[in-house]
Amino acid sequence: MVEETPWQQALRYANRANPYPFYEELRKTPVARQPDGTYVVSTYREIVTLLHDPRVSSDPRKCPVPAAAPAEGAVEAEAEPITEAVISLEPNIITQDPPEHDRDRRMMTPHFVGPPHSPHLISDLEPEIRRIVAGLLDDMQGKTRIDAVDDFAYPLPVTVICKVLGVPLEDESRFHRWIETALDALDFGPEAASEEMQSRLAGGRQAVQEFGQFAADLLDRYARQPGPGMLSALVNEDGPEERMSQGVLASNALLLIFAGHETTVNLIAHSVLTLLRHPDALERLRHRPELIVPAVEELLRFESSVQFWHTRSALEDIDIAGTTIPKGAPIFLAYGSANRDPERFTDPDVLDLERRDNQHLGFSQGIHFCFGAPLARLEVQIAVGEFVRRVQNPRLVEDPPPYRHNQIFRGPRHVLVDIDGIRD
Amino acid sequence: MTLRATVAELVREFRASGRIVIVGASLAGLRAAETLREEGFTGSLTIIGDEAYEPYDRPPLSKQVLKGWVPADHTKLPRMREVDADWRLGVAAVGLDRDTKQVRLADGEQVPYDRLLIATGTRARQWPNLAEAALHGVHTIRSRDDAEQLQKALAEPPSRVLVIGAGFIGSEVASVCRELDIPVTVVERGSAPLVGALGGVIGEIAAQMQRDHGVDLRCGLGVSSLEGDSEGHVRRARLSDGTTVDADVVVASLGSIRNVEWLEGSGLAAGFWGVGCDAGGRAFDINGVVTDSIYVAGDVARAPHVLYEYQFLAMEHWDNAVFGAEVAAHNMVNLEPHYRPHLLLPGFWSGQFGVNIKSVGVPPFGDEIVFTQGSVADRRFAAAYGHRGRIVAAVTFDHGKWLEYYGKLIEQSGPFPPPPVGWDQPPDMKPVPAEFPDPRVPTAIPDVVLTGHAPSERTAEFRPRRH
Ligand SMILES: Cc1cc2nc3c(=O)[nH]c(=O)nc-3n(C[C@H](O)[C@H](O)[C@H](O)COP(=O)(O)OP(=O)(O)OC[C@H]3O[C@@H](n4cnc5c(N)ncnc54)[C@H](O)[C@@H]3O)c2cc1C
Repeated sequence: MVEETPWQQALRYANRANPYPFYEELRKTPVARQPDGTYVVSTYREIVTLLHDPRVSSDPRKCPVPAAAPAEGAVEAEAEPITEAVISLEPNIITQDPPEHDRDRRMMTPHFVGPPHSPHLISDLEPEIRRIVAGLLDDMQGKTRIDAVDDFAYPLPVTVICKVLGVPLEDESRFHRWIETALDALDFGPEAASEEMQSRLAGGRQAVQEFGQFAADLLDRYARQPGPGMLSALVNEDGPEERMSQGVLASNALLLIFAGHETTVNLIAHSVLTLLRHPDALERLRHRPELIVPAVEELLRFESSVQFWHTRSALEDIDIAGTTIPKGAPIFLAYGSANRDPERFTDPDVLDLERRDNQHLGFSQGIHFCFGAPLARLEVQIAVGEFVRRVQNPRLVEDPPPYRHNQIFRGPRHVLVDIDGIRD
Repeated sequence: MTLRATVAELVREFRASGRIVIVGASLAGLRAAETLREEGFTGSLTIIGDEAYEPYDRPPLSKQVLKGWVPADHTKLPRMREVDADWRLGVAAVGLDRDTKQVRLADGEQVPYDRLLIATGTRARQWPNLAEAALHGVHTIRSRDDAEQLQKALAEPPSRVLVIGAGFIGSEVASVCRELDIPVTVVERGSAPLVGALGGVIGEIAAQMQRDHGVDLRCGLGVSSLEGDSEGHVRRARLSDGTTVDADVVVASLGSIRNVEWLEGSGLAAGFWGVGCDAGGRAFDINGVVTDSIYVAGDVARAPHVLYEYQFLAMEHWDNAVFGAEVAAHNMVNLEPHYRPHLLLPGFWSGQFGVNIKSVGVPPFGDEIVFTQGSVADRRFAAAYGHRGRIVAAVTFDHGKWLEYYGKLIEQSGPFPPPPVGWDQPPDMKPVPAEFPDPRVPTAIPDVVLTGHAPSERTAEFRPRRH
């Protein structure tokens, strides 16, 4: 068997808790061709360049198959182009190129993002977010051991996104299961070919279909009877531009429900985990709560919620970093690696809550810059700030904690913490 | 002591106890002061500014401030760090004596320096007829006070505003007027708005945009005189075609004049186009010899740019003031070989009629233009400018996220027309003349490209022409 590439090693489940040494190896070849013809880009400068390059597509339909056969003697390539599972749905803003992407995002923007369209939309959520966070911490009173994921990181974003979008919170357990199933079914590494992953893939497809149906039903309901939230507003919109088709709307709804909480859960969980691993930083934040804003940016850099993205491809030959990415080749952008690129960040493996010039790629850049960034920032700032303020003497029970299977949305499944109590 | 040690000693000593004076207490002056301290300069620092205010930001003045969103006194520039300087605000520098190394102030005081930074920027060109310019209701816009007064006048509201000159600031004022639902007439001597900065092809689009928003746009015309009423308030303008426009607010946006008068007799290469300096911000004297102790940054500076055939460019843009100041300040407290060049790709932004306009490079250096992305009809597009087969600039309307790509192509002396984008291509991708008022004659020179990405790394590299 041929030796695995650093990228393949980084993707192995065994390395989920700490892929960084493999990223370091990977960055030695900023644009690294993989045995299956994928080009993995791991350095900050090159990723930013490609994010702004209009010869790069984000639409997986434009790159249906890996561009080239596996290199000779390479390990068995992934059994099937993995993107297929996620593109069984109609396109949404993350898998569209302009002009469709721009138009659909423009339509959604006023209902979601803050300035300049609805400057108070996000900031008005602050009291609600504070209330939820306070409630979650209150519920821990009397406990000596908590799970920072199940008890804290998960319930906040899911409640908030349901409210913003207008998704009934009662349905939470259903779509939570679909999301988990779909996430567990996606594997981009050498383990994808295993029998187990193949059978999970089938389950994942099924979950995505059911989830899609759920979103479509919800939209139907709002079409008949308008209700609160962004989805109803979009269905009933009478804007100057053409409306999104029902299918595209449903796909975007699914995307927002999913992305609206999954990434934030991981970010909160990772933030707690990281701070507990860095007691100095935790103390500093406790004494200077105003540092929470730069601290969250640093945490986003340090443990990117989205480790890489996988739906881009080259529409022309692209010369970059001494390599030519051939027309048609899939391109993976490894944000998690770029955020630890020493060419861009001084001492990237050091957690520095007051890091200056911290333009990380935790939310990407360019036209696909994270739609939910303002909301995520606010949620995480409040959640982590309050956790640090109120939780007494938190100690990690298990390090590293168990991780989820998925590599893109990398995050711990549980973070057990022993605590002395909860301050008021 | 070796020579090398001597140089290091000199630098150390100067950083510890040198005297630096900055004239011009605005964007470039402030950022330079911050950089000096950042670089470890602990000597005495004096900042002289003729405005009574602490450094403030100008771009919002013609946008958010005029709209009434932001009060004029809420535009103070954020401080990046403590600068610990002797601020002399509200007093102008009126002379420079290079023999005794002193700056003369309007109040008679002399301020000695070891190194001097000139950052006096530009001022608005006033309406040339002084009596007419003095009429109540005639405005220009450069300072906080200007913006505050004009904002008040717009809040009245006036029955009609007349904007003279459709450059960026004039167009922004017209846009604000329409947002406030005030009738506005724009008179522009050129063939279209923005034509000097972006050429006639883009100018046509800007013209259509103004008309669509109800601006009474009159191009190819001048204003010959302004007329006031018995109370000395402006009421009417007479145009060069004999017609008249009734207006009770007039905004003269006729471009800018560089604040160099105080340098008269100093022997520096200072004049109409600004103060000539090298790419490191070191001022030239009138013989074209570089000085050792005088530096220039911001709107008043004029430096050769390697990507543009070493032409001396004066750039009146925010980024240029910031980066120019940082480079000049760095060089003020260093010696060769630790000088840095200011090789910024010029760029600016403007917001008008709901569209975010951005450009990178030097569009007037181009003679051809090609639309590369998006749709002109929707006013969301990118276009590239070319000069002898290479890309020299780009402009975007609501497509600013792609600017970086074009910037990189320009730095790499990429081909024109640029490689086709993958999607969202305009139907017609044929280069056409960009229609700048003043076409240039090509000369045969090799390409220059910029390398590196950190300011300290950026240098130029020659390479033979391949096309
Ligand atoms: C209304 C407006 C809108 C703008 N919008 C944009 C935009 O959207 N995008 C963009 O890129 N750029 C924009 N600009 C340009 C940008 O503001 C300038 O490039 C920037 O201010 C230049 O900074 P500076 O420090 O070189 O000069 P200035 O800001 O002009 O500062 C020079 C200072 O020196 C003072 N001074 C002059 N002479 C003397 C003297 N003899 N003694 C003491 N002090 C003196 C002046 O009073 C002034 O305070 C805009 C400018 C204006 C006026």
